[in-house]
Amino acid sequence: MSAVITTVDPTTPLVDTGRRARGRRNVTLTVGLGLFGLIVLCAVCAPLLTGQDPIKQDLNSAFLGPGSAGHLLGTDELGRDVLARLLYGARVDLRVGVLAVISPFIIGSLVGLVAGWFGGWVDAIIGRIVDMVIAFPFLVLVIALVFAMGPGTTSIYTAITLVGWVAYCRIVRGQVLVAKEQEYAMAAKASGLPTWRILLRHLLPNVILQAIIFSMSDIVLTLLAIVTLGYLGLGVPPPTPDWGSMIQEGQQFILTKWYMSTIPGLAIVITGLALALIADGIVEKANQ
Amino acid sequence: MRYLVYILKRLVALIPVLIGISLIVFFLIRLIPGDPAATLLGSHATPETVHELRTQLGLTQPVWRQYLTFLGHLLHGNLGYSYVYSSSVVDLITTSLPVTLWLLVSGTVFTLLIAVPLAVLAAARRNGIADNVIRAVPVVGLGLPSFWLGIILILVFGLKLHWFPVAGYGTSLTEHLRGIVLPGITVALALSPILIRSLRASMIEVLSSDYIVTAHSKGISTSRVVLGHALRNAAVSSVTVLGVNIAYLTGTTLVVERVFSLPGIGQQMINSILGRDFPTVQGITLTFAIMVVVVNLLTDLTHAALDPRVKLS
Repeated sequence: MSAVITTVDPTTPLVDTGRRARGRRNVTLTVGLGLFGLIVLCAVCAPLLTGQDPIKQDLNSAFLGPGSAGHLLGTDELGRDVLARLLYGARVDLRVGVLAVISPFIIGSLVGLVAGWFGGWVDAIIGRIVDMVIAFPFLVLVIALVFAMGPGTTSIYTAITLVGWVAYCRIVRGQVLVAKEQEYAMAAKASGLPTWRILLRHLLPNVILQAIIFSMSDIVLTLLAIVTLGYLGLGVPPPTPDWGSMIQEGQQFILTKWYMSTIPGLAIVITGLALALIADGIVEKANQ
Repeated sequence: MRYLVYILKRLVALIPVLIGISLIVFFLIRLIPGDPAATLLGSHATPETVHELRTQLGLTQPVWRQYLTFLGHLLHGNLGYSYVYSSSVVDLITTSLPVTLWLLVSGTVFTLLIAVPLAVLAAARRNGIADNVIRAVPVVGLGLPSFWLGIILILVFGLKLHWFPVAGYGTSLTEHLRGIVLPGITVALALSPILIRSLRASMIEVLSSDYIVTAHSKGISTSRVVLGHALRNAAVSSVTVLGVNIAYLTGTTLVVERVFSLPGIGQQMINSILGRDFPTVQGITLTFAIMVVVVNLLTDLTHAALDPRVKLS
């Protein structure tokens, strides 16, 4: 996962935060949150936005182009409504994407806290385990784990947790190494507070910001991993709509039915953009 | 001589990592719910074949014994036997690995062709129009699924313009070269935003240093200062960024191979997963990890060779 950290290095903003940025009252964050809020709203209100059933097949009206009566974005090879599949797919992908970041975030941060604070052999053992996991490309290990555990969302959550925690561990450990030399940490230690209290009440609030910033980019990477699993046929089992499997189904008909693959792809890009803007906005805010 | 010692030290440091990798790959089979042998064979298996596979996989022995056997086989270059392909896993990997390496090399070449000019342009005219546009690229690029990008490239350059083959790898060298262009560009488009950002940042830093000011004051032309003096130094730190991300993107090649039907190890892994061919999946997972380790090692060695300030001790 070291690579992932470099991919979206939380300490450097994606967009330069110069003098102009400060005068803008954090437009980046506002736009990002607005865009993401809109996407979530569409996903939540899916039944209100479309009357169509995302998994109902109707072979008589297969391959209708966008703009057809009753099918705003057309239908796929089985006559299923593309808009309905897109909206219900957002529910699946966003839920899995956001939830799959929570447990690596918690586990990785706590382990990193412990490794950084205690040092010594505890740190050495945790460091070895981290080295083992980051030797694998993220996607390859996730795919191998999902394969071993069998298909389904539980496997996806577990696999992403088993691979994803190392990034948070490394970030938080690095922050703790700096923080524990500071006066407030030493004061807390000298006053004889129990260790768990020092770690959770005094250290954690001071070291967690970088992990939170990284988690925003991590949601994008996790979302990409999930749609990639869907594209490879290893994700959420059919007929549940998912953006990745929609792109895969559309690929066979790409020459004549371009919209089948293009529309879910754009949905992923826009969602990724929204989250990237949020991550950037938080960095901007933190730097002020 | 010091460099040789450094290489040796780095190689020794790899041993615990390699043991760790073998442990993870070994324990993959333990994650299979229930009886791995029965799960792998599916519902049509007879008790005899299940028992045979269980013995074959060594599942009747204690875990530590199983691991030592696995490690022993590994050291002899034995990754097991694929029932689905009726071939040894090592043979399967050695036939498909060159394709994946080709893809990685072409992806890296295209990344350099895309990223270096853009980063230099952005840094040389800081805060100009080009710089602002180039800086926005990573924000959009972060959430761009490479398999989707590949499909779009196939549609435009393969199906509409007929410049490149739509899928496959061909049999002759020219077909290989033509077949690897679009997949290579797909990998490069995923990799270049990161490189652009890091190279631009280090270019800006280098351009404000004293020796650049001196070079300017000596009357050397701007293009020579930027390309001859600044780029060389800025490139050193970007080598590490590039290396680390090639390692990460090794995973992306898996998807790209699938999109373009390239017969590499990624494609082989997916086919083996769909065919429930466990030994092959295990072997390829291991191969991917070793590729990452090798790329990381080469990155460090290149960095140390390029930058004399790197401590070799």
